[in-house]
Amino acid sequence: MSLLAIDGVALVLLIPLAAAGLLTLVPSYRIGARINIAASFLALLAALSLFATGPSTGQLLLVDELNIVFIALNNFIGFTTAVFSASYIAHEVEAGRLTPRLLRFYHAMFQALLCTMNLALVANNIGLMWVAVELATLTTILLVGIYATEQALEAAWKYFILGSVGIALALFGTILVYVAARPVIGEGLDAMAWTVLLTRAAGFDPNLLNLAFVFLLLGYGTKAGLTPVHAWLPDAHAEGPTPISAVLSGLLLNVALYAILRFKMLIAANQEALAPGTLMITMGLSSLVFAAFMLYRRRDIKRLFAYSSIEHMGIATFAFGLGGPLANFGGLLHMTMHSLTKSAIFFAVGHVAQAKGTQRIAEIRGLTVTHPILGWGLVLGVAAIAGMPPLGLFMSEFLIISTTFAQQPWLAVPLVGGLLIALGALVLRLGEVAFGEPQGQAAPVHASYVPLFAHMALVLVAGVYLPGPMVAWFEHVAGLLG
Amino acid sequence: MAAPNLQLDVAHLLAGGLVLASFMLLYQNRMFALLKVFGLHSLVLAVAVAWQADIQGASHLYITAALAVTLKVVIIPAALYHMVKRLGIHRDIETVVGIGPTMLAGMGLVALAIVLMLRVTETADTLAREDLAFALAVILLGLLMMVTRRNAISQVIAFMSIENGLILAATGARGMPLVVEISVAFSVLVALIVIGIFLFRIRERFDTVDVHALDRFSGERT
Repeated sequence: MSLLAIDGVALVLLIPLAAAGLLTLVPSYRIGARINIAASFLALLAALSLFATGPSTGQLLLVDELNIVFIALNNFIGFTTAVFSASYIAHEVEAGRLTPRLLRFYHAMFQALLCTMNLALVANNIGLMWVAVELATLTTILLVGIYATEQALEAAWKYFILGSVGIALALFGTILVYVAARPVIGEGLDAMAWTVLLTRAAGFDPNLLNLAFVFLLLGYGTKAGLTPVHAWLPDAHAEGPTPISAVLSGLLLNVALYAILRFKMLIAANQEALAPGTLMITMGLSSLVFAAFMLYRRRDIKRLFAYSSIEHMGIATFAFGLGGPLANFGGLLHMTMHSLTKSAIFFAVGHVAQAKGTQRIAEIRGLTVTHPILGWGLVLGVAAIAGMPPLGLFMSEFLIISTTFAQQPWLAVPLVGGLLIALGALVLRLGEVAFGEPQGQAAPVHASYVPLFAHMALVLVAGVYLPGPMVAWFEHVAGLLG
Repeated sequence: MAAPNLQLDVAHLLAGGLVLASFMLLYQNRMFALLKVFGLHSLVLAVAVAWQADIQGASHLYITAALAVTLKVVIIPAALYHMVKRLGIHRDIETVVGIGPTMLAGMGLVALAIVLMLRVTETADTLAREDLAFALAVILLGLLMMVTRRNAISQVIAFMSIENGLILAATGARGMPLVVEISVAFSVLVALIVIGIFLFRIRERFDTVDVHALDRFSGERT
C-alpha cells in the first residue's frame, strides 16, 4: 500500500467535498459554475492518477480492478456534466426558472453528489457504502425538487418514498450480511470489509446470505431503477434539472448496480448459497421488456429517455445474472457505454428543451432543420442508444445476445424481442422529433456542444476499436465477477 | 450486571414492545395521536438501544439512543405537531384500507417475519436472532403503514418507524461497526425532509398534505 495511492483516493473524495463547502459561500452563479467545472476537472485528474498508482486496500477505502474504471467514469461524466451545466443554468436564470440563491445550493449539492458517489465506489466497507448511497439519494432528492413546481415536488416526494424504502431494505440486507459474517470473522470492521468478506464468504451461513441478497437486490435495485421498483425514476428524470437527469442516468444507476455486483460476488463465493443469477435474470428481463413497451406511450422527451435507462439497466443486470466471462464482459461494457451515451443524450435534450421551450415530444419537430447541430447530435445519440452499429452499445448488446444464444437459447427470445420493441419505439419518436415538419421556436440556443460530441466520439471509438489494455481489463474483471 | 437470561429477556421484551408500538401506529386515525404514538415508538427504541449498549458493553450505542430521544421523541414530533396545527389538518386521517383488514395483514406480516428469521438464523446467537425477527416485523409493519396511508405526514412517520426497526436490527447484531454513523445518516435524511416539507409548504402548493392530491401529476402531463 503506497502512500501516493491513498492520496489519490482521498483526493477523489476531498476535492468535491471542499468544493461543495466553498460553493455554498460563492454568491455569483457564474463564478460558482466555473468553480464547479474546475473542481470536477481536478477530481477527474485525481481519479486518473489512480491508474498510475494501481490497486490499494485500506481499512475503509479500496481501489481494485473492479471499481477503478467506475471511479474514472464517474469523475469524467461529472466533469463533462459540469461543463454542460454551466451553459444550461445560464439559460435557466435568463428564463427565470432558477434564482442565483438556488444555484448556490445547486452547485454545492452537485459536488456533494459527486463526493458521495465516489465514496460509494471506493468504500471497502458495506456499511460505509450504504451511508454513501443514502447520502447520494438525499442530495438527488433535493436536486430533483429544486424547481419547486408542483410536478417537481411530486417527483421529489415519490423519489423520497421509494428511494428511502429501497435504502431501508438495503440496510437490512447489509445487517444480515454482517450477522452472517460475524461468527466466522469476529466482531468489528473486518466483518464488514469487502476484501475480508470475499475471502471468507465460503464459511458463512448460506440461508442468511440468501435472505440478505434478496433484500439487497430489491433495495439497491430500487436505486438502479429495476422493475418493479422503478416508479420514481421517470418522474425524477423528467422534473429535475437536465444536468441532474444526466448524472442520475449516467452515474447513480451505475453506482447502485455496482453495489449489487459486489454482493453478487460475495454470494457466488459461497458454494451452498443460492445462485444469485436467476433472480437478476428475472429482474433484468422484466425491466427490459416492461420499459420497451412503455417507450411507446411517452409524450415527454425526458421521460422517454428515462424509460430507456430502465431498459438498459435491465440489459446489464440480465448480463451479470447470466454470468460467465463473456456475459460479464458484455455487461461491464454495456454499463460504461450506456453511461456515456445516455448522459450525452440528456445534454442534447437539455438544450433542445430550452430551445423549444417545452419537453413535449408533440411540440418538438424537425430539429435537424431548426437546430442542425443539436438535432444531429440527438440523432447520433439515439442511434447509439438503440444499439446501431458501429457504436459502442452495438458491441455490448451483440456480445450479450450471442452469449445468451450459447448459454440459454430460450432467454434470447425475450431479450431480442425487448430490444427490437425498444428500437421500434425509439425510431418512431426520433423520426418525429428530428425529421418531422419543423415546429415551435427556431431561436438559436447558446449550447456547449463539446461534452455531447466528446461522449459520442468515445462511444464511436469504443464501438470500432477497443484498445488492448481496456479489453484486457474488462476480461480480467469479468473473470473476477464469476 | 444482571444474569444473562434476564439480559436477554429484557432485550426481547423491549424489542417486542417496539412491535406493539408499531401496531399502535397502524390503527391511529388522528394526527395528534399518531404523533404521540410515534414519540412512544422512538422512546421504546431508545430504551432498547440503551439496554443493548449496557449488556454489550458498547458505549457508542448510547449516542444512538440519545440521538433517538432528542430527535425522534422530542424535536421531530414537536415540529410536525406545530406544522399540523398551523396548517389546520388535525382532522381524521384518511386511510386506504380499513383498520380491521390492516390489523389482520399486520399480524400476518409479524408471523411471516418471525417464521422467516427464526428459520434462517439458526446458527446466529440468540440475541441477534430474535432481535432480527422483531426488527423485520417492525420494518414490514412500517411498509404496511406506508401503503395504507395517503397523508404525507403519516408516510414520513411510517418511514421513521421503518428506520427505528433498522436501528433495532443494527444494535441487535452484536459489535456491528458504523451503527452510529448509519443512525446519523438516517437522521440527516429525515430532518432534511421535514425541513423540506416546511420550506416548500406543501399546503400552499397543494392545499392539502394529502398525497392523493399529488397523483394528478403522476405519469404524463398531456
